[in-house]
Amino acid sequence: MSAAIPLLAVRGLTVRFGGLTALEDVSFEVTEGCIVGLIGPNGAGKTTCFNCITRLYEPTSGEIVFKGENLLRRAPYEVARSGITRTFQNLALFDRMSVIENVLVGYHSRYASGNGSGQAEEAVRREALRMLEYLGIAEVATRPAHGLSFGTRKSVELARALMAAPELLLLDEPAGGLNHDEVAALGATFKRICSDFKTTILMVEHHMRLVMGVSDHVVVLDSGRKIADGTPDVVQRNPAVIEAYLGAV
Amino acid sequence: MQELAQQVVSGLASGSIYASMALALVLIYRSMNVINFAQGEMAMFTTFIAWQLVQQGLPLWAAFTATIAVAFVGAVLLERIVIRPVERAGPLTIVIVTLGLLITFNGLAGLFWGYVIKSFPSPFPAAPINIGGVAFSSQDVGIILVSLASLGVISLFFAKTKLGLAMRAAALYPAASQVLGIRVSWMLALGWGLSAVVGAISGMMVAPVVFLDPNMMQGIVVYAFAAAVLGGVESPLGAVVGGLILGVLLNLLGTYVEFVGTDLRLAVAFAIIVAVLLIRPAGLFGRVSVARV
Repeated sequence: MSAAIPLLAVRGLTVRFGGLTALEDVSFEVTEGCIVGLIGPNGAGKTTCFNCITRLYEPTSGEIVFKGENLLRRAPYEVARSGITRTFQNLALFDRMSVIENVLVGYHSRYASGNGSGQAEEAVRREALRMLEYLGIAEVATRPAHGLSFGTRKSVELARALMAAPELLLLDEPAGGLNHDEVAALGATFKRICSDFKTTILMVEHHMRLVMGVSDHVVVLDSGRKIADGTPDVVQRNPAVIEAYLGAV
Repeated sequence: MQELAQQVVSGLASGSIYASMALALVLIYRSMNVINFAQGEMAMFTTFIAWQLVQQGLPLWAAFTATIAVAFVGAVLLERIVIRPVERAGPLTIVIVTLGLLITFNGLAGLFWGYVIKSFPSPFPAAPINIGGVAFSSQDVGIILVSLASLGVISLFFAKTKLGLAMRAAALYPAASQVLGIRVSWMLALGWGLSAVVGAISGMMVAPVVFLDPNMMQGIVVYAFAAAVLGGVESPLGAVVGGLILGVLLNLLGTYVEFVGTDLRLAVAFAIIVAVLLIRPAGLFGRVSVARV
């Protein structure tokens, strides 16, 4: 990994809700082209961190620098236009729309940023269909998004996020709620997405075998603080990480 | 039989007025899950603007077009200035603000134009159209066609355009839409603009029939509520169908049921609201929403 400017740098991020400190002085970097895992026990502050990066939460202090620019100075809706999209832990699909319409909404930031404004609507629609084919769910394109199986709905959300052509894709518990076979296929899917779409992935995940197998780099949070940061091998041997997961022995 | 047909036709005509007002209510409801109680007064106010323009010597269609533009821009500004500060405050707060707007517009119209009833020119020819012994007034036919056209244009807009898709997304899931780069708050403002346009159109259609005064829309808005509830308060198609059914139903009841006459129509409308809410709260075309707990 070169020591060039990181794609994303989180610096001194602190989030307090009243008296509760959700994140305390958290710093880490995400290098372009990598898959980075963000792990930690429940309540460690992982999703809070995602919510700050996508500007759903206003951090109390700290900086989030994306491609050399402080994201906190931009309006919330501009985050997607600058090249970051995400999926949600509990899914955030537009249930009353069809699957293809959900995916088309993902294109919005490209119209808005001017990168895709010249595209004819027909071409955008074809791209959305190709995206569904890519993820193996083309057959549900015209079905309403509600009523599909949980795994399919997760794929629809992923297709929608990819449709924005993100440089950084945030995945919040992509394996959560999936069955064994589906989880087993995810790792390969993420590696494929990384190279096919030239996108970098930052993922919150509890499924250790998936995270350790697919990540180039792992950041560990516990109770709002960063306790470890390194390659999967190094992190797995870190005593602080073992303690956080297994409790004081 | 011929009288029945006549009554159905005139019911369809008043129904299409309720339908277009209901359509305006549904548009706001879909984009922010609240009812805009000022919808009728906004329609009345814009109709007065059209009347004023005609008084200044503008041709009728030019005055209509100008009024539609004023309604759109005015409602967008209104949303930015009055609604935006309370956007996140919850439905009840917004409802109270729209009630405040209702009183404000009613008072302002009285202040500017007075309470003397004015006649409003009709854009349609006076001569009735006669088909098989049933006389259709051109006004009635015009209103029905204009309402259906508004529904068609709006449905196409939401189904086929990028902006329409973004507006639907913003209404369904604001947080997810924002993360995807949609300016959610502006989408709400556009929703206000669009519904004010629909309201202005229905105000200008109805004014030649009910005449122009600051209270002209108050009865109509109640029927529009009933129509929206009947059709399903989230469904534009439901609003139109609900309006037409209501118009015909009220007209037939008023004509053939002596007990109802003209005086109890409003009561029938309220009874319909209550009955629909009790029996089928989602309305004819609404979806039953299920909240996960």
